[in-house]
Amino acid sequence: MNPIQFYTSVDVTLSEKLLEVMYCIIGLISMYVAFKNLKDKENKNSVGSFVFWFDLGLMFVLGKWLPALADGILLIILVLPPIFKKVSPGNEPEPTLEEMEQNNKNIGAKVFVPAVCIGLFALLAAFFTKISPLVGMSVGVFVAMIILRIYSKSNTPSVFLKDCRRMMDVVGPLSMLPMLLAALGAVFTAAGVGDVISSLVSNIIPAGNVTIGIIVYAIGMAVFTMIMGNAFAAITVMTVGIGAPFVLKYGADPVVIGSLALTCGYCGTLCTPMAANFNMVPVAILEMKDKNGVIKKQVLVAVIMLVVQIVMMIMMS
Amino acid sequence: MELLKLLGILIVVIGFVLKLDSILIIMIAAIVTALVAGMDPVTFLETLGSSFVANRSMCVFVMVMVVTGTLERNGLKQAAANVMKKFKNASAGVVVAIYGVFRLIFAAFNVSFGGVAGFVRPIVLPMATAAAKKNGKKISEKYEENLKGMASGMENIAWFFGQVLFVGTSGMILVQSTLAGLGYNVELVDLMKVQIPVAIIAVAVAIVYYYLKDKQLSRKETK
Repeated sequence: MNPIQFYTSVDVTLSEKLLEVMYCIIGLISMYVAFKNLKDKENKNSVGSFVFWFDLGLMFVLGKWLPALADGILLIILVLPPIFKKVSPGNEPEPTLEEMEQNNKNIGAKVFVPAVCIGLFALLAAFFTKISPLVGMSVGVFVAMIILRIYSKSNTPSVFLKDCRRMMDVVGPLSMLPMLLAALGAVFTAAGVGDVISSLVSNIIPAGNVTIGIIVYAIGMAVFTMIMGNAFAAITVMTVGIGAPFVLKYGADPVVIGSLALTCGYCGTLCTPMAANFNMVPVAILEMKDKNGVIKKQVLVAVIMLVVQIVMMIMMS
Repeated sequence: MELLKLLGILIVVIGFVLKLDSILIIMIAAIVTALVAGMDPVTFLETLGSSFVANRSMCVFVMVMVVTGTLERNGLKQAAANVMKKFKNASAGVVVAIYGVFRLIFAAFNVSFGGVAGFVRPIVLPMATAAAKKNGKKISEKYEENLKGMASGMENIAWFFGQVLFVGTSGMILVQSTLAGLGYNVELVDLMKVQIPVAIIAVAVAIVYYYLKDKQLSRKETK
């Protein structure tokens, strides 16, 4: 199907069409970040940053229309600059404290209105329309922009773009981690990794006992996340290997199991020094004496929540 | 040798433990798994490519970023600080509790106020410490350490469990796509609904725990 057929077809839902428009906008934003970095003399990796963001933009704008092989090649090109450490943030200046305080004097608590718009429109779309909540969220973004513009004449489109570029530069290539992990999961599935794990685990978990399956899956999520420091990496592997063959296959509700498995992983995140951003960096920022001072205050809550969620999984499915 | 297919997982685990470049680890794991399974290069690239395109929804954070930076510029953090400051007569435990509720609500709308560096250190912690020192009391180093741990703990707990209430958070999109890959189709909003009681319990547990801890410390560790 080519783009013209796609947008005029009656078989394609409005939601799918709007999502594709949204991906196109995301792609164009990414390309904007690419060109800004290319022209940025203070970015020491201007070319690498350009390649990364431009390639990402291409995959968003054209990805759906290109053959899968071409997308695969674009993905390999995408990961090369970050692997060789050739992507870095540009020099878009942060807003000064004076500017933020001055704006706060003028706008005050009204700034919360555009802030909640994004989530609010996602919910409105989810509950009242057949359109994807992600499209609703994007509409919320535009509404928030309009409200901010009404609050202050200085919030011009170019200010939004510049601030957006600054934020994208800050998160950088690591923001692609969930998508790359999903791609890895797809390779695992295609290679039959899940089958190997489940045949190994079937020696331990009696097949058909969903309760034991749930307990192993939930604790496995927490432990795997503790080891790797990342619940996203754990969920791909654990769901393919244990969640699907030992829990979902026997009719447990995938909504309850899938949703809670992720937050069981988060319980692991609360307990591990591997999740440095959350547990070790704050120790440094707050100048704490005990390296594990943050984790020690989280372990009890994490254990209680793990138990609560296991009980929920068993009762609700 | 079926077991060799697990090499990819081993690479991911070891790579993350050794804190090697995450993107490099993922790519090596993918390539090794494909090689061991005897996948041809074209199929491999096609698998990667179609997965990436199918999961573009995980990049919706880019849309959100169109406003996050400008919200910050327009005094979002200052406005949040003003709300917190309304509770200046509370005890240290209550200050942390109020921050937890506040952060949970805003996390559900995917709004953050600057993390430990941007909000806890300049606003929450000074308020909590000031509350503990009220009426000219002196607090021990242990008490202060505990307050730091509790403020950061609340920051993380309310964020983790609150963020999943935002329909469109990348974690839940990953769950949705992982399940779809296995043949189970679920809606983001249903995944979110499951989390509502979980989020409330999590923050409530943290609030009770920190409140009791603070009470105990304020008895023993102040002069």
